[in-house]
Amino acid sequence: MTHVRPLNQKARRIAALVVEQRGALMPLTQDPPPTEYPYGCTTVFAPGWEVDSSGGVHGLCQPIERDLYDCYHTCYWPAQVPDGVTNFPKWTASCGAPVQDWKSIDLVFP
Amino acid sequence: MKLRTGLHHRVTDDRGNAYLYLTDSAAIHAVDALADRLAAAFLEPADPVTVLRELGEPEAEAALRDLIDLGIVRPDGETSPPRAALPPMPFPLATLVLNVTNKCNLSCTYCYEYGADKLTAANAPAGRAMMLPETAKQSIDFLIRSSGERSVLTITFFGGETLLNFQTIIAAVDYAEAEALRHQKRIHFSLTTNATLLTDEVIKFLVAHRFGITISIDGDEKEQDRHRRYKSGKGSFADIEPRIRTLIATNRRERGRPIGARVTLTHDAGSVLDTYRYLTDDLGFEEVGFAPVTAAPGRGYELSPGAYDRMLSEFATLTEDFVTAAIAGRAHGFANLNDLLRELHQGIQKAHPCGAGLGLLGVSTEGELALCHRFVESKSHAVGTVQKGVDESIRTAFLEQAHIDRKTDCKTCFARPLCAGGCYHEAHVRHGDARKANLHACDWIRGHVDQGLKAYARIMAHDPKFFARYESQ
Repeated sequence: MTHVRPLNQKARRIAALVVEQRGALMPLTQDPPPTEYPYGCTTVFAPGWEVDSSGGVHGLCQPIERDLYDCYHTCYWPAQVPDGVTNFPKWTASCGAPVQDWKSIDLVFP
Repeated sequence: MKLRTGLHHRVTDDRGNAYLYLTDSAAIHAVDALADRLAAAFLEPADPVTVLRELGEPEAEAALRDLIDLGIVRPDGETSPPRAALPPMPFPLATLVLNVTNKCNLSCTYCYEYGADKLTAANAPAGRAMMLPETAKQSIDFLIRSSGERSVLTITFFGGETLLNFQTIIAAVDYAEAEALRHQKRIHFSLTTNATLLTDEVIKFLVAHRFGITISIDGDEKEQDRHRRYKSGKGSFADIEPRIRTLIATNRRERGRPIGARVTLTHDAGSVLDTYRYLTDDLGFEEVGFAPVTAAPGRGYELSPGAYDRMLSEFATLTEDFVTAAIAGRAHGFANLNDLLRELHQGIQKAHPCGAGLGLLGVSTEGELALCHRFVESKSHAVGTVQKGVDESIRTAFLEQAHIDRKTDCKTCFARPLCAGGCYHEAHVRHGDARKANLHACDWIRGHVDQGLKAYARIMAHDPKFFARYESQ
């Protein structure tokens, strides 16, 4: 608030609210901070990354394609995606933006 | 989408800095030159992209964001969120005004109680002249019973001439103090008097019980005796002057609560500044409040539009005196401005002009409840009795009808949060309906608020700490 200076008690209360709201909006307009995953996400009791608790995909990460990366890069999870640590380190190399290009990621045949 | 600056009033301090008082929020903001230009650019609805391009200032977008986020500039046509019609009812009582008598030993020419503007019908039987101690006690029971969780209550004694019924005041104070102790509440007392009956005994009693005392007095001998006379026509100044000096000296010695003077301004009143100086410097009052006389048109003593202008310029002189004192770090006793600055600093936003019918009620000598002391004995404004309590349907209906949102004339007025249409009694006398806005006084109110805002800005620029005394919790 550099151009307007709240003076009376009411103005100061309103300005404090505005500053607070501006602070709250910040995380939504910037990249979120990296999530701290536990080593091996089997300890995370999420409903499951391939389907949600209802058996569909609506409750999954949005976009759900992001799961490919989270499973592959940050959390090795061999059951759903290729193992990127040792056997298939270049599995997603052909895909720059998974939201658009996820179809270019091919199957692997170990 | 076009943007528009909301209803506001702009003032500048002596260094040319601009300040905006926003009607919707009652907030006061200091704006820099850029924000000031932007607020002016949207006085009429305008397209923000065009305005920013024409301004060509790199910082303008950030300034506009500040104005928008603080509610100063908003989308054109944006509707305000609906306001609560009434606070949760029944609203707990804080103050009860006991009209302990309807008789007076003076016969002031402008009195609304005895003159042509009396509310009770001419042929109506007069109420009991003196309130019985029993009725005062019932009133205190009613106040405590109706005060909810409030821990501090006020009983104000009023008249007629209040001190004509000193015996009932003594009985009421004794009873109230005992009951307050029993109910773990604190009760303050206050009283308004014309000072003619302030004997040593009365003074001792009032000071001992820490009364907040207001003296109705119009100034020095010439001012006082013009309207405030006995029925014989003899002026009252010679009687009251020594009594007031004794009261103020005793009260100072005992460190009592500040004593205030209340001056009624008529068309022929002398200089407000001279009256203020006399009452504070000579007589020793701590506070002086000035009120324009309440009168229906054609009474002779009512204020003409020209008199309102003169009064405003007199107030400007007194305001200047206040600002000089404030900048020097001294308190000043101009009560009207003290009250206004408190409301401005807190950002008071009134739905109703005063507490009448909400936290405050008046009681007639016979125990009838009215909106306030000015309406007692008016059958058409009765809201119950101290014995049976408030008729909540009457009270709620009145408050709904007197709400600021119902006063369509006030919709375009920047001073609405402070005035809310003005005194119910004044509206009743001038316009025949307590729920109407006092349109005869609009220029006067706006002029007074403008003076208050300028004083606020100037004091704020010199010493923001001055306003700590007005802060609410």
